Amino acid sequence: MMRFASLGQAALVALVVVYLLAVYLLPSQVWMGFTINALAMSIVALSWNITGGFGGMASFGHAAMYGTGAYASAVLQVQFGVNAWVAFAAGIAAGALMGAFIGALAFRYGVKGSYFALVTLAFAEVLRICASAFEITGAGRGLQLTLQPGVATLQFNNDRVLTYTLLLGIVALVMALTAWLKYSRFGAYLVAVRENEDAARALGIDTYRVKVTAMAISGAFGGLAGAVYLQLWLFIDSSVVYGVSISVTALIGPIIGGAGTVWGPLVGTLGLHLLGEGAKTALHGAPGLNFVLYALVLIAALRFLPQGLMGLAARIGVLGRKGGDDA
Amino acid sequence: MSSLILPAVLNGLTMGAVYALIALGLTLIYGVLHIINFAHGSLLMLGLYAAYFLFHFWGIDPYLAIVIVVPAFFALGYVLQRGIIAPMSAGSEQNVLLVTLALSLVIDNLALYFWTSNTRTADIAYAYDTVEVLGAYLTLGRVIAFFAALLVAGLMWLFMTRTRTGAAIRAVAIEKRGAEIVGIDVGHTYALCFGIGTACVALAACLLLPTFYVTPQVGYTFVLVAFTTVVMGGMGSLPGALVAGLLLGVIEALGGLFLGESLGQLGIFVAFILTLLFRPAGLLGRRPT
Repeated sequence: MMRFASLGQAALVALVVVYLLAVYLLPSQVWMGFTINALAMSIVALSWNITGGFGGMASFGHAAMYGTGAYASAVLQVQFGVNAWVAFAAGIAAGALMGAFIGALAFRYGVKGSYFALVTLAFAEVLRICASAFEITGAGRGLQLTLQPGVATLQFNNDRVLTYTLLLGIVALVMALTAWLKYSRFGAYLVAVRENEDAARALGIDTYRVKVTAMAISGAFGGLAGAVYLQLWLFIDSSVVYGVSISVTALIGPIIGGAGTVWGPLVGTLGLHLLGEGAKTALHGAPGLNFVLYALVLIAALRFLPQGLMGLAARIGVLGRKGGDDA
Repeated sequence: MSSLILPAVLNGLTMGAVYALIALGLTLIYGVLHIINFAHGSLLMLGLYAAYFLFHFWGIDPYLAIVIVVPAFFALGYVLQRGIIAPMSAGSEQNVLLVTLALSLVIDNLALYFWTSNTRTADIAYAYDTVEVLGAYLTLGRVIAFFAALLVAGLMWLFMTRTRTGAAIRAVAIEKRGAEIVGIDVGHTYALCFGIGTACVALAACLLLPTFYVTPQVGYTFVLVAFTTVVMGGMGSLPGALVAGLLLGVIEALGGLFLGESLGQLGIFVAFILTLLFRPAGLLGRRPT
């Protein structure tokens, strides 16, 4: 399943893996806490990567799925007393439904390119306004889970190492699913749609169905990311989970790491978080400046790294065999 | 209730004129460069701060500040297009959208860093004087903005149809290569359009400041409304932007009246999604062939 185009790519992936394992050994808990945040964000980056990377449908509103996953899970737990595991699964399902719904509406009317980006953004904004207005979603106050650590409530906040391990497992699972998708027939259809939709349709691919399915899968990952956020922080608020910074983080990570690759979203998100954290330390915690940095890196990546870091690494130490692939 | 509808509609029209003015700049940029400028709202926010600081430090009335802010923003827009957006996007439509998104992030967050998230207002007493129109009381500042927006839309139309530069801009919009062949400097024309679009947004800022407030986040609110206006009016259509802006102002005002303040903007976004889905060519536009 893991085939690398070059020594450079293998080295980059190895670096990430070594870092993620080294976090266990670092004496300071700060590193683990920081990496937990980065891993949690990389799930939504992986979600964006399905549609934006493999499918070539760049969304500016992945918060729509993220927030829906978080709110579905929170509303079920807080307002209806549903078991946390069931609510967690419902959050994933709600994200998938929201993705399929947005996709079905947008693609039914042939919305694509920049228009698609704007439609997703508008959906996220509509949902944000609704969530901040209705009583069932906590109106302007947000929703708070009762602190009750335990396996039954899916709350592991008192055990950082366990939280970290679980997150590693979730990210690994999402990446394994992404890799499986990539080498499946469906993945080939999706890339065909990205490269040339008319040609794909002429070959008999039901492009509408492929695109909506991709949105549903992406939505499930996005909903998962939102549900994970809820269990990590036990509190959600419409301006955070439906906020534009989620949508932005979702797209910057994959673009910098390498959109349409399995490792790219994780590499990019982790790299950005390290950069942002470094800048925060250097600038004594000035708020918002990490986003300035992310944006500057994004501009530079668009200009100089069209394939992201994975694409750059692919050109270093190219292996001599044919059929090597971008991992 | 019915006695409240007319004032709401009139108030909506005055706000809608400002939306139209912001959208005029955005639609001009789209019509000629075929790019969606995500940083448009952030430029509005910068314009509001420029007008605010001129008032705050030197006591310059926002309406007088127009003669300083508008030319300065024209230059800023020109430089942004020539120096950053064109070279950094490497010619791809998707990249332009992302580059302007990144620009807006830089501008918004730097503003947050330097000017904090405090809400600031320029208190000019006469801006809140009321004017009676058809039995409804409207704020003077909004009425001025309304007529100024109509005036600018008219001037822009004259500029585009009656001047050589306007003709060159229209030529580039329709056939870039052909315009290049007959000797029009396309890069310069693109930057010129971006400059004019930015000048429009700066003018809107100066007209808006007396009856509004400024925070680093204010651009984001307006950028979505501006996109809606541009899409509803038909991407690139100047008269369309004017009509759609006024219409959206009314939709927002009536939404606020019937659904309550917090859901008032919902009408705008629902209108946006419906337009994108059912009439992507805009209310006045023709279906693309």
